[in-house]
Formats: sequence, structure tokens, C-alpha cells
Amino acid sequence: MKNLIDRYIRKEMFPHIWCPGCGNGVVLGAIIRAIDDLKWDKNRIAMVSGIGCSSRITGYVDFCTMNTTHGRAIPFATGLKMAKPDMQVIVVMGDGDCSAIGGNHFIHAARRNLNLTAIIINNMIYGMTGGQFSPLTPTHRIGTTAPYGNIDQSFDLVKLAMAAGASYVARSTVYHIRQSISLIKKALNKKGFSVVEIISSCPISYGRLNKIRTPVDMMNWLKDIAVSSKAWENLSPQQREEKLIIGEFLDVDKPDYCALYTQLLEKAREEEVR
Amino acid sequence: MNKSLDNIKLLQGNEACVQGALLAGVRFFAGYPITPSSEIAEGMAYYLPKLGGKFVQMEDEIASMAAIIGASIGGLKSLTATSGPGFTLKQENLGYAIINEIPCVIVNAQRGGPSTGLPTKPAQGDMMQARWGTHGDHSIIALAPSTVDEVFWLTIKAVNFSEKYRTPVILLLDEVIAHMREKVIIPEPEEIEIINRKKPTVPPEEYLPFKPDQDGIPPMANFGEGYRYHFTGLIHNQKGFPTSNPQEIDWHLRHIYNKIKQNAKNITLYQRHFLDDAKIALIAYGSVARAAERVVKLAREQGIKTGLLKLLTIWPFPEEELSRLANQVELMLVPEMNLGQIVLEVERVVRGKCQVISYNRVDGELINPEEILLKIQEEIEK
Amino acid sequence: MKERIEVCLSGAGGQGLILAGIILAEAAGIYEGKEVVQTQSYGPEARGGASRSEVVISEGFIDYPKVTKSDILLVLTQDACDKYISKLSQDGILIADSSTVKDVPALSAKTYRAPISKIAQEKLGNKLVINTISLGIIAGLTHLVSLESLRQAVLNRIRPRVREINEKALLLGYEIAQKMKLEKN
Repeated sequence: MKNLIDRYIRKEMFPHIWCPGCGNGVVLGAIIRAIDDLKWDKNRIAMVSGIGCSSRITGYVDFCTMNTTHGRAIPFATGLKMAKPDMQVIVVMGDGDCSAIGGNHFIHAARRNLNLTAIIINNMIYGMTGGQFSPLTPTHRIGTTAPYGNIDQSFDLVKLAMAAGASYVARSTVYHIRQSISLIKKALNKKGFSVVEIISSCPISYGRLNKIRTPVDMMNWLKDIAVSSKAWENLSPQQREEKLIIGEFLDVDKPDYCALYTQLLEKAREEEVR
Repeated sequence: MNKSLDNIKLLQGNEACVQGALLAGVRFFAGYPITPSSEIAEGMAYYLPKLGGKFVQMEDEIASMAAIIGASIGGLKSLTATSGPGFTLKQENLGYAIINEIPCVIVNAQRGGPSTGLPTKPAQGDMMQARWGTHGDHSIIALAPSTVDEVFWLTIKAVNFSEKYRTPVILLLDEVIAHMREKVIIPEPEEIEIINRKKPTVPPEEYLPFKPDQDGIPPMANFGEGYRYHFTGLIHNQKGFPTSNPQEIDWHLRHIYNKIKQNAKNITLYQRHFLDDAKIALIAYGSVARAAERVVKLAREQGIKTGLLKLLTIWPFPEEELSRLANQVELMLVPEMNLGQIVLEVERVVRGKCQVISYNRVDGELINPEEILLKIQEEIEK
Repeated sequence: MKERIEVCLSGAGGQGLILAGIILAEAAGIYEGKEVVQTQSYGPEARGGASRSEVVISEGFIDYPKVTKSDILLVLTQDACDKYISKLSQDGILIADSSTVKDVPALSAKTYRAPISKIAQEKLGNKLVINTISLGIIAGLTHLVSLESLRQAVLNRIRPRVREINEKALLLGYEIAQKMKLEKN
């Protein structure tokens, strides 16, 4: 662990801003372990984030990092990836960041199947601004802007990413840390747009408002609601309402945007100037 | 056909912008279709891949602005093009480029506004938005050509300024200039001055990405070339990390403001026409400057000593030259295709040293020389 | 040649008037070394609607880029004729397609009428070349640009597949002009 901290963490940035019991640090640990396993050169790794608690992650890691504007991490990463196709570009977003203000960018990056790895830390709430509901807050749950219960339907980010054209889609939780590391590793290695949604814990905002008050309660809750797709099959529709499937949902090989662009460059060079 | 004839092209303003950008070394374009700027995106989509450059049509204007910043951080000279409604959307990440000192160029082919306004008709209504469109204190460079040849050269200037001063630069066209066709003599690449961003000369462990050199500009390392560091839209220190230290905050804001101001002399471009003996000065820019140039001729035929100060740089505002001129002339007339934007700056600089009046047209038609001349005659008779 | 000649080509969207303006500007600007500005105005429609293409040609620098009074006005539709006739300069030349413009005000001796679209259909079997025929007429009537410069500009701008028919159209327009001039005399 000490070794990993020395190698990957900007220690001068610590202490971090995250609350006790927050899952962001767990995801940070998972990403670093996955990258360490892959033995990638730090100079060739870029990490891009938007705005929110989770977005501070880019300040803490010793890569080429960009903490950008709210929801826009993916288009910033798109420009960088096109300029430096041989860099590994990882985008870390929160649920509001990715699926509300950044929703359009998310589906279009999937449509282009651009070589990015999107890691969405989903704590089901806007934590930094104090607990407002997000597009990933389940219906009926409480947010500071949904004091009578959320009447919005929530997105299923996995289905959204699959329908929009991603190459790799997976989901885990901060409780299932070994699975998270292995899914992130696969996603990082994938050519094309890869998505890993990690359900995270926010005891301070989501937990307090929804009566899952302590970090331990939150972990138990995550352990409880997460089921494998196999277990999902055996659940009644009623039981399913309270559960979330975790695991790998999609892993396909198809031409990614950078490869297609390389072909386009060849075609453009051959054609005579008009 | 001989070579010289080959280099003479009849180009639209938008096409000249593409040619200028390519020669200046732009190798990345991200954009979204919008009238009257789409020919720039179309030209880039065609030519960039031939030069190994990258073109991405993004999902919206906001994403386009974000993408050119990302690509610039990756080391490619980057440009996007839009018009009023899109320019509004670009303001968000324009602020990010300013606070992080990212070289990039935003072309705004102005059309009538507000909102959807007049998509196919010219206006000069975004002059103040170019200056103050994104929130917070900042500086900006904005250039406004009035001929197609100037579009070509000022696009090159815009790219050079962005690289030299580590800043976004706005190129303000209007629908007339964007779609008008004129002759441009395309120079050979070696005839063009190209400026590239300053790279750090210190090893990565000593590199402070936001520490300016003597000239006020910090050297910029591209991502992926051995320097690992951080960008953030938060106010940051010279290392690039967020800060809440009042001294560092104050320093950062003054730095991004002053680096343009202290170089204003080298950035403000203008042309003087018949001003030496003038008693009346027209202050004009963009397509309206073409009408003003005619007015100077017509007025002088009537014995009215009129001259023109044609502004090529709008921001930073050419304060020195205007202030000097105010000591000489009796009247300044500022014709604009808006309800009076740059005239406010003229009044501010002139400080009552001469009379300043404004002539405005906002019906989607280019101001014609006759109406300006009439205005001058009216003022003389008063 | 007058220092500054203003040409207005008007009709409906889809008649190739903007292209005609570009060709005229390239003929004068690139092949004859003059200063030129070409501008246009169009509505939101891609086809139909009013369309106008303007070319200013001068020996020296062109300040104001738009047409204020046309020295040469081409009208291919009645609408265009009604709309732009007031902008014709006093001794300006009016060229009207008499197959579509029925009501041409008899302004001056410099009004020329020819059934351009009818001739295009009859002689070349293609109405799409009325723009090039019109350029030929302008060259024949005014000597604003030479036929050879126009021919070079056409060859340079127009797709190879339709070059031949456009070259023919140019000559045809030139012949129409000669005939009209004879009729006047």
C-alpha cells in the first residue's frame, strides 16, 4: 500500500476533501491498483474529471490530470485523446456529472465508440452541493430537493451505455472491491468506449436523508442490494425493485473511433485535392 | 496554369479562415453546424485529414469548446467556429481556457441576435459578449477583419497570439465577411511567421506550469511528453492546484488579467486612413469599415476632412491610439451594426475631449455609405 | 471601363445564380487581374425563394462590397424583376428572361429581353444552364469580361461531367447577345 501511495498519489494534496465513509477513496484505490497491475507508464496516462466530490480525484493522482467543468469531462477527454491517441485517457465522473449535465456527452462518446474508459462513481445524489437528487437517485428516495420523495424515474446507466454503442459495460459497488478492480482493469484494456459504474456510499448526504446513516450501514446496504445476473434471474419482480445487478454486461469487439480515424486519414491522403 | 495564378484564390471569408488556420498550423477542429459559420467546419473536415490533422463534429457547441481545449493540452493548435447562439454556449469552457491559459481560437461569424435572431443576416451584436461573455474578471484578445484577405491574415495572427500569450483568441467575423468572396493571394508557407507555444526548459520535477517568465507568460508542456501536472477550473497556484490562500488568489486573477494588458501594444492592430489632417474620424470595424472607407472618399470630395480609424483588434481596446486621435479631431462617428457597443468604449477613452456620436443599424442589412455621409452632413449643419 | 461596375444577378433559388456570380468574379478577378467582390443574399430555402448574387468589379480597391445601383441587372423571374428594378442605375443595362418575366418596364434603350430558359431547353435540352447562358449574354453585351476569361473560369469551377454543356451555353449566350444587339440597331 505504501508503495502504491508513493508511486501514484500527490501527497502534497492530502488531506483530501472527502467525508468519512465516502466511497470515492475506495474507487481511487481500485483504479490505482488496476493501473499498477497493468504496469502502465504514468506519463502516458491522463485522467479527466468534471465537477463534484468525485471529480477531485484528478487532483490526487500523479498522472496528466484535468479537473474540468461540470458534465464536460468527456468532451475535454475527446479532444485530448484525438490529439494524443497513444495516451490512455480515463474519465472519472459522478452520477449527476455524467448522467444529468453530461448525459449528452456520455451517450455520444458511446456512439462514437471513442477509446476512453469512463468510470462513474454513483452515490445516487449530488453530494458536494448538499444532497439534491440526481438522475440516478432511485424513485421514492429522499433528496434535499425531493423532500417528499423523488418522483423521477432513474436512469439505468448500464442500459443507457449499451444502447448508445459502448464496447464494454460493467457495474460493481465499493463493497465489491476485488470485482471493481478486475472490471476496471478489463475496461482500461478495452479498445473503444468502456464504462464501469461503481455504486458508491455517501453516508453524509444520501445515507442521512435515506436512513442508512453510518458508513457500516451503507456498506451492508450495498452488499444487500447488489446481486449477480444469475441471482437476478431467480428474483420476483417485487424483490427486483430493491436490487441492482452487478457484473459484466457487455464486452464486444468493434472498430473504435481512433482506428476508424486512422483509416479516414489514409483515405483523405489518397484523394486528390479538389 | 502558372504558379502565381494558382496561388490567387477567390475565397469566401469562411474559406479564407480555413486556409489561414491550416497555414498557421491548426491541426484540430471540433465544431457543431451553425449558420453562417458552417463553411469553416466543412473546410476543416475536408482539409485537416489531408494534413494528418483531426476533425471531430461534436454533439453540441459546449462539447466543441471543451474538445479544442483538450486537444490543445495534447499539443495540437486548435480552432472552433460558431455563430451567436453557439458563441453563447461556448462561454462556459471559454472561461476554463482563460483560467488555465490554454491557446485556442474561437471564430464567431456574427449574425443578428439575441437568441436565434437572424441566422442569415449580419450583425455586430456580440462585441461586448466577446469581452465579457464568460463570468468573472479576465482578459481576452478579439480580432475583427473587414476584408477576406484580412480574414486570412488575422486568422494566422489569432493562432499566433493564442500560442504566444497562452490565451484563447476570438475572431469576430460577421455574416457579410463570412460569406463574401474576394481575392486572396495565398503565400508560400515560408513567407508566414508562425509562433509556437513556449515549452518548459526545466526538468519535470522543477516545472511550475503556471509560473510566468519575464514576459508574463508561463511555458506550457503538452500532456504525454513527460511532464505530469494538473489543470483545474478552480483558482489555482503556480503548481496548478486549487488554492484558498488570498494572496495566491489575488495573484492568479491579476496575472490572467494583466498578461494581456501589459502586452496590449503588441496586440492592438488598426489601420489609419486619411487621418493626418482629419477633423472628423470614423471609428469602424468589420464589414461596416468597408462602408466607412467609402464615406471618407465621398466626404473628402465635398471638402469635409474625414478619416477612418479601422480597428482590427477590438480587445484589448486600442486606447492609446484613440486617445491621441481625440486630441486632434472634433468629432468621432462610430457606425455599428448594433445599438451602440464599441461607441461606449470610444466614449470611455475619449473622456469628452471631442464629440462622439453613434450611428446604428440593426435591421439585418449592412450599413451603406450614403447614410453615414448623411449623418456627417447633419452633424456639420447643427 | 468605369472605375467600379456593379452587377446584380437575380432570380430564384436553384437557378445557379450564386455560382454564376462566382464564375463572373473569378473571370474578372483571377483571369483579368481586376479587383472583385462577390456577395449574395438568400432565404432559408435551399431551393426556390428569392436569390440574388452580386458582383462588384473594379480596377482599384473595392471599399463598399455591396451593390447600391446595378450597372448590369439580370432578372430571371418576375419577382426578381419587380424587386430589384428600382436598384438599376439610370443608364444601367437590364437583361430579362422573357420566357418568365412577362412584365418588363420599358426603362431605357438598354433593356434586353431574350427567352433564356426557353432557348436553354430547346437548344441544349437543359434548363440548368441558364446561369451560364446569362454570363455569355453579359459578355456579349457589355465586354465587362472577355468570353475567354469566362470560359476558363467555367472550366475551373464546374464539374468535368457538365463542362462541355456549360461551354456550349456560354457561346450560346454570347450569340444571343450579338443577335439582340443587331435587333437594337
